[in-house]
Amino acid sequence: MNSPELFIHIVLLLGLAPLVSGCIRNWKAKLQNRRGPPVWQPYLDLEKFFRKDMVISENASWLFRAVPFVLFSSTILAGLLVPLISVAAPLSMFGGVLALVGLLALGRFFLALGGLDPGSAFGGMGSSREMTLSAIAEPALMLAVFTVAIGARSTDLSQMLMAAQGPTWKLFNPAHVLAFAALFIVLLAETGRIPVDNPATHLELTMIHEAMILEYSGRYLALIEWSASIKQLVLMALLVNIFFPVGIAPIQSSAGALGFSLACLLAKLMALGAAVVLVETTNAKLRLFRVPDLLSAAFILAALALLSTFLFQ
Amino acid sequence: MNAHSPVFLLKLALCLYAAGIGSALLAVRRDKLANLLGFGSATVAALCGIWAAILALTASAADQVASFTLWPSFVPYIELKVRFDALGAFFVLIVSVLALALSVYAFGYVRGFYGRKSVGVLAAFYNALLLATTLVFTASNAFFFLIAWEIMALTAYCLVSFEHEQAEARNAGVLYFVMSHAGTGCLILGFLLLFQTSHNYDFASFRALGAALSPGTRNAAFILFLLGFGVKAGIVPLHVWLPVAHPVAPSNISALLSGVLIKTGIYGLTRVLFDFLSPVPNWWGVTVLTIGTISAVLGVLYALMEHDLKRLLAYHSIENIGIILMGLGAALMFLHTHHPVLATLALIAGLYHTINHAIFKALLFLGAGAVLHSAHTRNMEEMGGLIKRMPKTAFCFLVGAVAISALPPLNGFISEWLTYQSLLQGFRSTESLVRLMFPLSGAMLALTGALAAACFVKAFGITFLAQPRSEHAAKAHEASPTMVGGMGILVAACAFLGLFPTTFLQLFDPLTAQLTGQTLSAQLSLHGAVFPVLRNAQDLEAVSSTYVPSGSVSTLGLAFVGVGLVVSLLLVLKLVWSRKTKVTAGPTWDCGSKGLTPQMEYTATGFSKPIRMIFKALFRPHREVQREYDYSPYFARTLHFESHIEEAFVARLYRPLNRRILRWSLRIRGLQAGSIQAYLIYIFITLVLLLIFAL
Repeated sequence: MNSPELFIHIVLLLGLAPLVSGCIRNWKAKLQNRRGPPVWQPYLDLEKFFRKDMVISENASWLFRAVPFVLFSSTILAGLLVPLISVAAPLSMFGGVLALVGLLALGRFFLALGGLDPGSAFGGMGSSREMTLSAIAEPALMLAVFTVAIGARSTDLSQMLMAAQGPTWKLFNPAHVLAFAALFIVLLAETGRIPVDNPATHLELTMIHEAMILEYSGRYLALIEWSASIKQLVLMALLVNIFFPVGIAPIQSSAGALGFSLACLLAKLMALGAAVVLVETTNAKLRLFRVPDLLSAAFILAALALLSTFLFQ
Repeated sequence: MNAHSPVFLLKLALCLYAAGIGSALLAVRRDKLANLLGFGSATVAALCGIWAAILALTASAADQVASFTLWPSFVPYIELKVRFDALGAFFVLIVSVLALALSVYAFGYVRGFYGRKSVGVLAAFYNALLLATTLVFTASNAFFFLIAWEIMALTAYCLVSFEHEQAEARNAGVLYFVMSHAGTGCLILGFLLLFQTSHNYDFASFRALGAALSPGTRNAAFILFLLGFGVKAGIVPLHVWLPVAHPVAPSNISALLSGVLIKTGIYGLTRVLFDFLSPVPNWWGVTVLTIGTISAVLGVLYALMEHDLKRLLAYHSIENIGIILMGLGAALMFLHTHHPVLATLALIAGLYHTINHAIFKALLFLGAGAVLHSAHTRNMEEMGGLIKRMPKTAFCFLVGAVAISALPPLNGFISEWLTYQSLLQGFRSTESLVRLMFPLSGAMLALTGALAAACFVKAFGITFLAQPRSEHAAKAHEASPTMVGGMGILVAACAFLGLFPTTFLQLFDPLTAQLTGQTLSAQLSLHGAVFPVLRNAQDLEAVSSTYVPSGSVSTLGLAFVGVGLVVSLLLVLKLVWSRKTKVTAGPTWDCGSKGLTPQMEYTATGFSKPIRMIFKALFRPHREVQREYDYSPYFARTLHFESHIEEAFVARLYRPLNRRILRWSLRIRGLQAGSIQAYLIYIFITLVLLLIFAL
């Protein structure tokens, strides 16, 4: 780990995340025959939130104020474990995919507490649903990750990537196709996309993520929104880089190679984003108690992926 | 005798516990003095115990195992022999660390009993329990072990029913008593089976048995020990006593029961399976891993349904015992397939989780005790807002909640990380279909961890956050300094075990050398004090071609960078935006009504409702709604709602069993007619039968 690398990585995480959210929002509108907000709208939103005054609930305790900071830094830490443009992630030595899952869970844990703290029923409802759905998504996530880790013989993400670039790796290995499908469903659930949650809604009875953060305003809201889009970027980058390891620069590459790698990453992220947009547009939001069915489908896909590692190795 | 020898310190600790019993009983009429003497000597004894265990676990191999006879015995086979080996020392470390924190906590906590209950009796039983538990971990003779085991069980019974004015405590005590003795019965049979071959009750003779034991005896012994120790550990389905008995005891005792007492089951299983009965057949490992997985998932699911804070914690003990058994089961499977390095890794994972669970569970019980002390209820639905009224307790409870949810950077994360790693390695260690069990157990561990996080968001959020839901909660006050101090010791332990795992891992070396013949601490901490890393490819390939690099984690590094990020973020916010914006306090958004009341807050039952719905096939919730209305059911005048859940094992297994036993007992009762003639006939018949038998 060296500091310029760390710095570039953090800048990429902070800078790219709103762009990805903006693109998805814009394309979704286009696909629905609306003009939609410009792709840089999330940057403007963040800037606006940072400038605004804050109102904090009288019921809230110190925990409520600590939540945005814990969430933001744990999400960035998680991002620092994932290789973006170079095979070596800056903090790869500090933890692999298990630490990544743990750090995201840490952020979620505190965000859910932040939802309960002001004492509004919406917050409690959001926290309850968020924790439930993430718990149901977790086994599918872990099983799919295990399948890839068994193939790569490591839980270290840089190692997994190197294995993915290695000669023995086959792109259309059935295990990988199935694991990718499982992780894609988990991605939809974890980033609060239709059919699990609707990022555009503020309707009391359907919102999950928005319900938890209803009492946040000003710069705290900005931090939380930013973390949410960073989390989305991290998960999407994880998916595209592990399953389509095209164009990622090896360790100690020149600036040119890194630039090419960045272009590849952007292209892959856009493609995955387009897939998300397509799913969001062609599906309706599921009823809350239908979501477990979807997530158990993801679990079964992951289990099949594991089974096919066993059969076809 | 050398003051720095572990055995001397162990003897000192045992004597101090005994002195604690005596002095507390002598001062039984004076509560304050009894408190000071009883818990004071326990504190010192605990310090001696910690020191002794650490010395024993860091000693070089030559002078390590020391044994002595506690008391000369004149009965053949029964020797009161104590052997302070590495496995025993590790568990003595657990009990001593907890004893230290709990004794400090007790100084303040038992003041609530002054004038109401006898503190002297409580302190005496407390010391007796610690004494017996320490002896269980160090006894080296089956008879002596069983004697210590029984003293432990009986003192625990007395402590569970300490507040015997309440019917709940009495019933819980009886249930515990019955289950515990059924378990002890299995253990006696198990040791007798081993005795058949070894003709000696000394543990050394069991260890020497090896292949001399026939497979049938071996399997029978395994089942008996699994049942016997399983009851104590609280594995599903033998767990029913645990969520009943642990919550009713005074909170420092609950912490001891959940933290240490159920670990005696883990100790017993480790001792018997790894020390006496090896080599192990494959199905043992498979059984233990399966039981572990089921216990973990069911434990956390039932915990989620609880709104009694202490019962919730008790169910989590079942979950964590499951996680520990996952590690031990995987270790047994690796031993069968001759992968000693992996077996060691899995064993370390299990035992690391054992000490972690002891510490964070005790911390959570102490927090719950402090809440109970000041809010006078165990029902979470009547709490709320305590973070403002008892900030220190809230902080300690939060640390425990993060640790038990296996979130980085605290200790629960480390041991679950090790468990995941060993399960992952398992897939490549064998060729049979059985290996699919490893990743599937891993997935269930993930489910368990995520559900535990959900459960502790509920436990912490409903108890400590938002507005108080009752008058008692509104009037709650901070716990006394010694209570906070006791919790503080455990908070520090959580942080130490989480942030400096490589330092702690060194203590496992003598233990694993004893049980699997391997030491792993060097491989697990390749880069000094920071990284628990499994050795990288080249190094491990040298050991065996099947072992693979499995990744690294450094909680200290993560915590360091994380703190750096928070600090820089605060600076940036302060410099750029804070000056231009202002912060106002306002009411929570109430949709335009006349202000929020605590009744509108989310409840614990409501919080876990989605999970109850999703797993309703398992829970079979009973729900009853009655409304009275004038025009339409949508405008009800009064509404009565009732919902409860009964554990499937109680309804389907234990209740029918109970009924059957009662029916049989009624039939047999006829024998005990009360007439002396009938009894004489029984004696005569028995004599005749015995004579025939002898011929």
